[in-house]
Amino acid sequence: MKKILENIGKYCFMLWVIFSKPEKFSIFRKRTFQEMQAIGVNSLPIVALMSVFIGGVIALQTASNMDNPILPDYTIGYITRSSTILELSPTIISLILAGKVGSNVASEIGTMRITEQIDALEIMGVNSLTFLVLPKIIAAIIFFPILITFSMTLAILGGWISLLLADLSNTETYVLGIRYFFKVGDIVYALTKTVVFGFLIVSISSFYGYYAKGGSLDVGRSSTQAIVSSSVAILIANFLLTQMILLA
Amino acid sequence: MIEVKNVFKSFGENKVLNDISADFEKGKVNIIIGTSGSGKSVLAKCIVGLHEVDSGQILYDGRDFTKMKVEERREIRKEIGMLFQGSALFDSMTVEENVMFPLTMFTKMSRKEMLERVNFCLERVQLTGKNELYPAECSGGMQKRIGIARAIAMKPKYLFCDEPNSGLDPQTSILIDALIREITYEYDITTIVITHDMNSVIEIGDNINFLHQGFNWWTGNNKEIVTTDNPEVTNFVYASDFMKQIRGKMVSDK
Repeated sequence: MKKILENIGKYCFMLWVIFSKPEKFSIFRKRTFQEMQAIGVNSLPIVALMSVFIGGVIALQTASNMDNPILPDYTIGYITRSSTILELSPTIISLILAGKVGSNVASEIGTMRITEQIDALEIMGVNSLTFLVLPKIIAAIIFFPILITFSMTLAILGGWISLLLADLSNTETYVLGIRYFFKVGDIVYALTKTVVFGFLIVSISSFYGYYAKGGSLDVGRSSTQAIVSSSVAILIANFLLTQMILLA
Repeated sequence: MIEVKNVFKSFGENKVLNDISADFEKGKVNIIIGTSGSGKSVLAKCIVGLHEVDSGQILYDGRDFTKMKVEERREIRKEIGMLFQGSALFDSMTVEENVMFPLTMFTKMSRKEMLERVNFCLERVQLTGKNELYPAECSGGMQKRIGIARAIAMKPKYLFCDEPNSGLDPQTSILIDALIREITYEYDITTIVITHDMNSVIEIGDNINFLHQGFNWWTGNNKEIVTTDNPEVTNFVYASDFMKQIRGKMVSDK
């Protein structure tokens, strides 16, 4: 318990230092774009693959459980859209990104720590946290909503394709379901969650990387801890945000 | 000049530095030597602020580093160049980008001016034309030289070298030592070298501090260290049988 509280304190202190004015804005901007490429653009293939299959499976599962004749056929589209937008894209894809992006960030910063590259930055007079972590956080906050919007679109497309291939519905009915009772608030809720998840993934992973000690084995350990902690943080934040936004 | 005054540093119950005082003079190669675990690296890290001292003062030309705020320390650090034991080059950057890094961060030089400075520094360490290589493509000796080039890019007032010869062959070690000495005299800077390497100590040590069990045990220069009667120092300097034979001959010649 003492260790957990100590880590939370260190994490809060780290955030305090991160949000300092960058030394040179032109370098900060360049690094932010590089991080958008590393964190965002490079995650597009895995997000696309996961989303299409998740959407497809949700649509097929819903269709296979539509035994009740009272339920209209467009319910398949409605359920696919709702579950994708509210939960599957923002949360499940964020959990997957916690693995991909989180391990990448923790191992990159952890390796810099154990090879004294972070010490080199500090001795040059560079605020290493602002230099290394702030661009990653800004990139995640900007790019995660784009990734999740992309994921929502592909999941809905995946559902449509799978229904057509299995001959369980038609385009008109599916689109009707997708448009039925559509609330813009759901998108706002999902994207708000995404911004918070992106921030948590990158900041927690950076924390484990930055305070890594020892050798390459310890960097691997930090990377694992980063994924586990980010995933737990996402689940807790998801619960709290749902309470705050949807049930407010 | 860097002055260390009555510095104490502990990690829990383990007292690593006990009342260390030393003067590191400008325009001289100041060497810190000692056995493993004697506190050399901790002292160096305290001097550059990577470790906080428990008590005592560290003065950079009279400016008390221990009492400075983080921002003030960053300003001092812009005057420091450091060569790390493992070189600590940024592995995602080319040689040119590594050497240019402090210039891009802290100067308003144009790209052309920066490139001229980078090329000058690389020429200084005999690495002309290696701009486009990545650190992983360079040998250990080359990496050390790139580290030196990066350290001098900003024309530092203070140069720290942590084990500059570790893992290098004798010839490359001599080259690195010569570079450190030349740069110190040429730019009239305060250089502190932490090393185990007795060749370096004797070759370039203008001012030597021998640390033993966390104390500053002995101070002298490279001529005095070979003739001193201090038992801890002689045990360190003449550790091998071969060196003991040399010392025996020197004593009998006296």
